[in-house]
Amino acid sequence: MTALGKLQRRWPISAVVIPAILIALAVIVPILHLQTGQIPTHYVSLFGKYLSYAMLALSIDLVWGFAGILSLGHGAFFALGGYAMGMYLMRQIGARGVYGDPVLPDFMVFLNYDALPWYWLGLDSFPFAALMVMLVPGLLAFAFGWFAFRSRVTGVYLSIISQAMTFALLLAFFRNDMGFGGNNGLTDFKDILGFDIQAKATRSALFAATAVCLALAYILCVWLTTSRFGKVLIAIRDAESRTRFCGYRVEHYKLFAWTVSAMLAGIGGALYVPQVGIINPSEFSPANSIEAVVWVALGGRGTLWGAIVGAASVNALKSWLTGAFPEVWLFALGGLFILVTLFLPKGVAGLLNRIGVIETRATPARLPREEPAE
Amino acid sequence: MTSIARLVAILVALLGWVHSAGADELGDLIQSFAEADGYDEMEVLIERVAATGDNRAAPVLDALGERDLVIRKSDNQIVIAVKDGRDFRLLEPLSLEVLIEDAGSRDFESLRVNNRIRRAIRLARGTLTLRNPDPNVRLRAASAIFTSRDADAIEPLEIALAEEPDPRVRSAMQEAHAAALLNTDAEEVLKVEAIETLAQRGDRDAMSVLLGLNRAEASPVITEAADKAIGAIQRNLQFWRIGQNLWYGLSLGSVLLLAAIGLAITFGVMGVINMAHGEMVMLGAYTTFVVQEVIRQNAPWLFDASLMIAIPLAFLVAALIGILIERCVIRYLYGRPLETLLATWGISLILQQLVRTLFGPSNREVGNPSWMSGAFEVGQLAITYSRLWTFVFAITVFLGLILILRATRFGLEMRAVTQNRRMAASMGIATTRVDALTFGLGSGVAGLAGVAISQLDNVSPNLGQGYIIDSFTVVVFGGVGNLWGTITGAMTLGVVNKLLEPYAGAVLGKILVLIGIILFIQKRPRGLFALRGRALEA
Repeated sequence: MTALGKLQRRWPISAVVIPAILIALAVIVPILHLQTGQIPTHYVSLFGKYLSYAMLALSIDLVWGFAGILSLGHGAFFALGGYAMGMYLMRQIGARGVYGDPVLPDFMVFLNYDALPWYWLGLDSFPFAALMVMLVPGLLAFAFGWFAFRSRVTGVYLSIISQAMTFALLLAFFRNDMGFGGNNGLTDFKDILGFDIQAKATRSALFAATAVCLALAYILCVWLTTSRFGKVLIAIRDAESRTRFCGYRVEHYKLFAWTVSAMLAGIGGALYVPQVGIINPSEFSPANSIEAVVWVALGGRGTLWGAIVGAASVNALKSWLTGAFPEVWLFALGGLFILVTLFLPKGVAGLLNRIGVIETRATPARLPREEPAE
Repeated sequence: MTSIARLVAILVALLGWVHSAGADELGDLIQSFAEADGYDEMEVLIERVAATGDNRAAPVLDALGERDLVIRKSDNQIVIAVKDGRDFRLLEPLSLEVLIEDAGSRDFESLRVNNRIRRAIRLARGTLTLRNPDPNVRLRAASAIFTSRDADAIEPLEIALAEEPDPRVRSAMQEAHAAALLNTDAEEVLKVEAIETLAQRGDRDAMSVLLGLNRAEASPVITEAADKAIGAIQRNLQFWRIGQNLWYGLSLGSVLLLAAIGLAITFGVMGVINMAHGEMVMLGAYTTFVVQEVIRQNAPWLFDASLMIAIPLAFLVAALIGILIERCVIRYLYGRPLETLLATWGISLILQQLVRTLFGPSNREVGNPSWMSGAFEVGQLAITYSRLWTFVFAITVFLGLILILRATRFGLEMRAVTQNRRMAASMGIATTRVDALTFGLGSGVAGLAGVAISQLDNVSPNLGQGYIIDSFTVVVFGGVGNLWGTITGAMTLGVVNKLLEPYAGAVLGKILVLIGIILFIQKRPRGLFALRGRALEA
């Protein structure tokens, strides 16, 4: 068997197509924006936002589609990554704030802080902030997962406690004395890496960076899920106890996938913040996390590319509907949830698969209805 | 009651006073001033007037002190003379009706008073309200003295105390006496006694009296007694504070129970993760709003009964919509909990937007019927009627559900279906019908919760969102599939939340509770009361 043949056997075609499309976007959108001006600046940021959301959706698909862990709190990891990036951006404002304090962000001056809280130290350095973007969500996920998977909290129970986690963080970040700007969050950013964050070139660069990061994350996820590790994950998803009886340390596999997923979500959040220009506690709201799960369900759970397509298309629809018919948006979103679960249990990917457009390989097998013989 | 009545009778007999003074009696007493021979008799009369506790005696006593109480010469009647220019107006002493407009100073003769009589009058005036026939007036008078700590009130208090039949008023008077006594330079022993009386009262007011004690002038014995009393009061206050927080906790628990108990049916018993549960609560609240609107416009006199009318309607509305949802969506998703979660979340969004479109996005005002507003006190616990009735309602709903599950045919079928669907079907139970009705029951109970919550919370389209996470944590904490677990979970979470609140603040307390639940689930992944079974994957 040739090397190419081996590659094709292991890697689905989408592993090439999706990154190629993303890289192409990373080149074309900035060109259309900077050279010809056909794409206005706010659209560049809007597309960048969709791709950041796609990153979140991808991270959810990694754990839900392949390990069977439905997280209703992934928005928390996304928001934590966003806060780490937001803190870096706040430190970059320096003395240009309203109060002109060289070190303290405006809200701290307002709240009579004397010095930076310890957890703000070091975040003026981009490499450190970038590390924190992955480390903070990663550590939280590791701690949470270590407890939860070891105690064999599964299914609905895990979903509920992940929701409780993001709800607790929501309440915590709303508090002013947490040192994260309370309900206003972090905003009024000026620079990133010394470039003006409002400049057209910076916007284009941020979009390109998001597309490239998403492409890399996608390749990572495909690599993970098609590897031996991925096979075990799928086995856990389909029959957790059986896998455990086969001698696999189920909780280790789940914990690894869960932590990687949280770090990806954190990167998504970090890419989201500079393009949207604000991060506030509402990103922790459980509704956001559930909505992200729906993107994945719509695109097709367990396909990875379906998550990206789902996130981008639902958000594009949202942008259009909230602008054109704001009353209709929640009806549309709600209807979408119901229709997808009733008629498209495998999402858009499943639909395409059924009508023979493409062949998906990693869609989860529909388990027969579980009715233990009693 | 009879013992109090007997006590009154005995007291009256002992003192030889006719306590329950009628109008004529007071009138006769006042008229007898005309025959009073000498100051001694007058003093006795004043005392008897004061003993009636009749408010109408106040102007008479004042007039006597000012020498305005006079004897009309023409008929020897006692009247009040008021100077009006050069003439006098004569008033009937009790009704204060004008008898004669233009009497001359020779038409009457003033009753003479000396300092002793003036003092007796002052005393009588002080005791007058304290001896009012209405115990509530006496109580108010005593607590007014308690706040003013007026040293002049000590003697009237002592007189009033000697004849006070009502134990409640008696202790209020004793406390007022003690508070006033501490304001004087009375003997040390008396003061220590007074401090002890205040310590017995044991509330914030007693504490402020003790803290306001002039320590620079007080002897060490007194300061020591005061310190001891303050310590005792603080312990007492702490005790009541914990009691109050416990009650708040139970009250919060009853709201949680109401919100969660419908979910305990749909999620706990049927296994349907119903994210639209909160919206069923919201529908119940909006039903209450609509009922009240209709009543306001058509039959305002029915307003106090509005909740009674809303309760069955809210149940019906929520139950019918629940059955509709079950028939149209959920029945296709049994056995796929995660998909159910997404679909019901979609339903919740649609219901929210529907209500927003119909009723507008802002809060709607739902009024409290008169029997829901106000509060009463038990010891130092302030209990509002709205909380009390919510508590009672929650418990009633809970017991009703238990009864339905345990004692009705439908409950039997429901339990059969959840325990073994195929076997139940084989025995001739229409499982799909039972599914729909069970879901309807769970939703209807959520609607009932909405009626109660409309009394406590803002009624807005987002109402349900605030309760959904709490409801799920309660059900999961208590143990899925067990109603007793739900009530234990709700009450525990409510009480823990409220006990944490004074130390950690409301938000941090809630965060701590959430973290506690996350950790608790690690320890007992199936909740407080897990159903025991041998199935590998429940």
